[in-house]
Amino acid sequence: MTLIVGASAAGLATAEALRRKGYTGRLTILGAEPHLPYDRPPLSKQVLSGTWEPAKAQLRPAEALAALDAEFVLGDPAVHLDVSERAVHTASGRVLKADNVVLATGLRPRTLPGQRTLRTLDDAVALRADLLKAKRAVVVGDGVLGAEIAATARQMGVAVTLAGPQQAPMALQLGPVVAELLAELHTAQGVDLRLGAAVTGVEDDGVLLETGEVLPADLVVVAFGSAPATDWLQDSGLVLGNGVVCDSRCRAADGIWAVGDVARWHHETLGRLVRLENRTNATEQAIAVAGNVLGADQPYTPVPYFWTDQFDAKIHVHGFVAPGASVVEGSLAERRFVVRYHRGGEVVGVLGWNMPKHARLHRQEITPSCRAPVAASTPSRA
Amino acid sequence: MKITVDQDKCCGAGTCVLLAPDVFDQRDEDGIVVLLDSQPPAGLHALVHEAASVCPASAIAVSE
Ligand SMILES: Cc1cc2nc3c(=O)[nH]c(=O)nc-3n(C[C@H](O)[C@H](O)[C@H](O)COP(=O)(O)OP(=O)(O)OC[C@H]3O[C@@H](n4cnc5c(N)ncnc54)[C@H](O)[C@@H]3O)c2cc1C
Ligand code: SF4
Repeated sequence: MTLIVGASAAGLATAEALRRKGYTGRLTILGAEPHLPYDRPPLSKQVLSGTWEPAKAQLRPAEALAALDAEFVLGDPAVHLDVSERAVHTASGRVLKADNVVLATGLRPRTLPGQRTLRTLDDAVALRADLLKAKRAVVVGDGVLGAEIAATARQMGVAVTLAGPQQAPMALQLGPVVAELLAELHTAQGVDLRLGAAVTGVEDDGVLLETGEVLPADLVVVAFGSAPATDWLQDSGLVLGNGVVCDSRCRAADGIWAVGDVARWHHETLGRLVRLENRTNATEQAIAVAGNVLGADQPYTPVPYFWTDQFDAKIHVHGFVAPGASVVEGSLAERRFVVRYHRGGEVVGVLGWNMPKHARLHRQEITPSCRAPVAASTPSRA
Repeated sequence: MKITVDQDKCCGAGTCVLLAPDVFDQRDEDGIVVLLDSQPPAGLHALVHEAASVCPASAIAVSE
């Protein structure tokens, strides 16, 4: 039997890949949330804005889940892993033993007591209800999640302030030039950017900055990062350190594997431990892990990729952002372009702003050390 | 095999095109998926199933 802990993008994709690769044994998927697997990217976009009913975020229709021939145990979080027995103990007292255990528990958001955050479907529904009543919201956190929430809230007609320590939203993920364009976009759309000052607390009437200033708010949303959901593994003996530490096969111990946002594995071509928090990694790593569970013994060496949608901007990033940047397609002024990033003589990343297809085509130029093919049955993935 | 794509869900990742360029393409202007062949030959079925599973927007559905 194979047990997958975490019933979301990475866990479900692992189950699907196991079946596709011919695994016929028992398959159990354990999930903390009561919901069938759903997708998270729409939560800060279509579900929050109300363009989609929450049900549309479900990852697979009922027939597809039935065809998987897997047992879903939902609403029952894992609380302990016995590594030598490969046994998982749950909150309700179940003990599930397996030949292979796949850890896919994702992230847990950092939060402040009593404030809203956004990681789950229930969070999205609750935040939407609050935004519909809010007059002035402060979003704390200038990373991708904070920037997306600010954009969606603004489009719902709420007065929005975005606070965080960076000089521009997503500066770390986009580099200074593109982050500055994103700052301009937010400002033009009416988001009040209060960046470059750390938030030190939340008061009754708003958010307190290190400068002593209070940003008034009747709703505060916290989006300042998350930590891998490994608290339940503290006493397991597995190596934990910013995620479940794995070898190049995504193996944490004999018969124990990790996949998705929670996994920090040795990326062979980059030569270091890597943990990615993005949607494509969840499914691509799942394919690699399923192969290795079945004996493929292949390293997982992806090119990182993520996208974000904010107002009318669709931003796609392949590989890594670096200080050296040149526009290779379109123009910054028209807000339709592809930027190529280089370090030394090597192309390390490509970013598209409203040019997703062109960005994908330029992805081929990324240096081989960042681009070795994914360990999968198929040859064509770049 | 019969493939359907939900252009409303597609985020323009292009992962499907990298896997099965004979079956999927993207619109030039916004990267949204275009289905080139909704009933591809048997030799492509494994790749199409993989594309459906790996699509980060679960925008591809396959029925037998
Ligand atoms: C609001 C939002 C918007 C996003 N937008 C984008 C985007 O535009 N582009 C992009 O590339 N990425 C985006 N992401 C990131 C992407 O959604 C994640 O990378 C992806 O969901 C990771 O999948 P996962 O299965 O590893 O983890 P998760 O999706 O976090 O799933 C982990 C699951 O494990 C469960 N779990 C946790 N602990 C336990 C336990 N002890 N026992 C059992 N189950 C447990 C959780 O309840 C959860 O269902 C977004 C994320 C969020 C939250
Ligand atoms: S992989 Fe999915 S999201 Fe990406 S272009 Fe294809 S259908 Fe669209």
